[in-house]
Amino acid sequence: MKQKENPIIDVSNVYYRYEKETNWILEDINLTVYQGEWLAITGHNGSGKSTLAKCLKGLIMPEKGTISVLHWDTTDKEKLWDIRRTVGMVFQNPDNQFVGATVKDDVAFGMENSGIERQEMLKRLETSLKQVRMFDYVDREPHQLSGGQKQRVAIAGIIALEPSIIILDEATSMLDPEGRKSVMKLMRHLNKENNITVISITHDLEEVIHADRMIVMNDGKVIKEGKPRDLFQSTNDFEKVGLDLPFTIKLRRCLKEKGLEISDNALFEEELVNELWTLYSTN
Amino acid sequence: MNNLIIGQYFPGDSYLHRLDPRSKLISVFILVCIIFIANSWTTYGMLFLFTCISVAASKLPLRFIYRGLKPVFFILLFTFIVNVLSMDGGKPLIDYGVIHITSGGLVFSIFITLRITIIVMITTLLTLTTPPISFADGIEVLFSPLKKIKVPVHEFALMMSISLRFIPTLMEETDKIMKAQAARGSDLSTGPLRQRMKAIVPLLVPLFVSSFKRADDLAMAMESRGYRGDVGRTRFRELKWSSSDSIVLVLVIFLVTALILMRIRGI
Repeated sequence: MKQKENPIIDVSNVYYRYEKETNWILEDINLTVYQGEWLAITGHNGSGKSTLAKCLKGLIMPEKGTISVLHWDTTDKEKLWDIRRTVGMVFQNPDNQFVGATVKDDVAFGMENSGIERQEMLKRLETSLKQVRMFDYVDREPHQLSGGQKQRVAIAGIIALEPSIIILDEATSMLDPEGRKSVMKLMRHLNKENNITVISITHDLEEVIHADRMIVMNDGKVIKEGKPRDLFQSTNDFEKVGLDLPFTIKLRRCLKEKGLEISDNALFEEELVNELWTLYSTN
Repeated sequence: MNNLIIGQYFPGDSYLHRLDPRSKLISVFILVCIIFIANSWTTYGMLFLFTCISVAASKLPLRFIYRGLKPVFFILLFTFIVNVLSMDGGKPLIDYGVIHITSGGLVFSIFITLRITIIVMITTLLTLTTPPISFADGIEVLFSPLKKIKVPVHEFALMMSISLRFIPTLMEETDKIMKAQAARGSDLSTGPLRQRMKAIVPLLVPLFVSSFKRADDLAMAMESRGYRGDVGRTRFRELKWSSSDSIVLVLVIFLVTALILMRIRGI
């Protein structure tokens, strides 16, 4: 876990608003993202988490403060296209980010934009589609695919450009549980095996528990930061900002209210099960 | 909704299907122009024969060609009748009150009808054997010289391919909105025409709103994937000009020359 100490994105004192004289959407954001980590940014609708994501990718520019990605400033016009290639982004709606007429055209779209030679394109097309397990669908048209499959194609289009960071902007919120599971599994694999830094933006706390680190946003400010295990020790703050707790955490709390002596440590279902069945044998 | 065929394209693997869209587009363009040179039984016969050979080479079921002709059937009939009644020349055949038909008029009417039939058949054949996306590619490459005078050829071709890609998506959406409106008691399929037209408005408004939202999202996604217009772009879809394309083009040029010579000599 040594490489997790190298900062890859640095956000300092960032302010952003859509129009002058309105409220800040982002207010004094300070944030460091380390290479190879899985960072979850969570918050209620309108907390500014998606706006922050767009800032990280150079799609919008902060009004005050600086954002640097791999030491490139996002306001540097010359480096903007490098940043956009380094940072891949999967959006919420699977249909509205599918540009190509078929799966292979869509995966090629990003490579065409980067001016990659056709021979190289074919090579990368195959490897990236195989990685997301969509190679059998190479000639399919978007309306023949499920939402989860479309998101996997979008991810293939991104990894074909060999990015260092992938941002998931509510990428699983429109998917069914099956699609959600397959996308998350794929992203965890890419995070571990390809050492791609993942920033997942979500209001689904079930997804967050797998992250290395998490940030909770509310009203354009970072209100909490830390490891999911630590942050979920106290649960009241999440509900105050309108977030729904993961099932395990809720169950853990209910059991405690009933008087069971359970620690505040269990994060995954398996951990809670282990605690439960060892509860009386330790006494 | 699956396997929806956009436009008229009929998948296949015939000689015509395998041709490069560029050679097909050029040939069709030339043929549609040259057809106005024909003015005799021989020349029309040649063109009709050429069209029939093309139809055979496409290996398409004839009913597809017929389906292409069906919408213009009325126009064909109309032109024929108007021409028969109004054109003069040659021997009078029927002379009965206002109806006045001459042999020359009859021949001319047949020619005109044949001309429209051939044009429709050729263009139908083009759309039936060319996938819309190759069509867009072909147009982009053929018109690329116009880029020099700042005609946005690339943008136009991309627009075409994106609209093609979104047709099924929008149809699915229309279907969804229709069902949602029907669930709220709106009636789209019965009643007088005026009422049905009125019922379409609550269908179109949400469709428009969501299309704008889609366009916005798509622009953001395209930009995020590094799209910046036609700058430093490579192409994934490749057009391949093969020997059969050259053969077709030579054939078409041969036909054109023959037709021009025959017109000059008055055959």
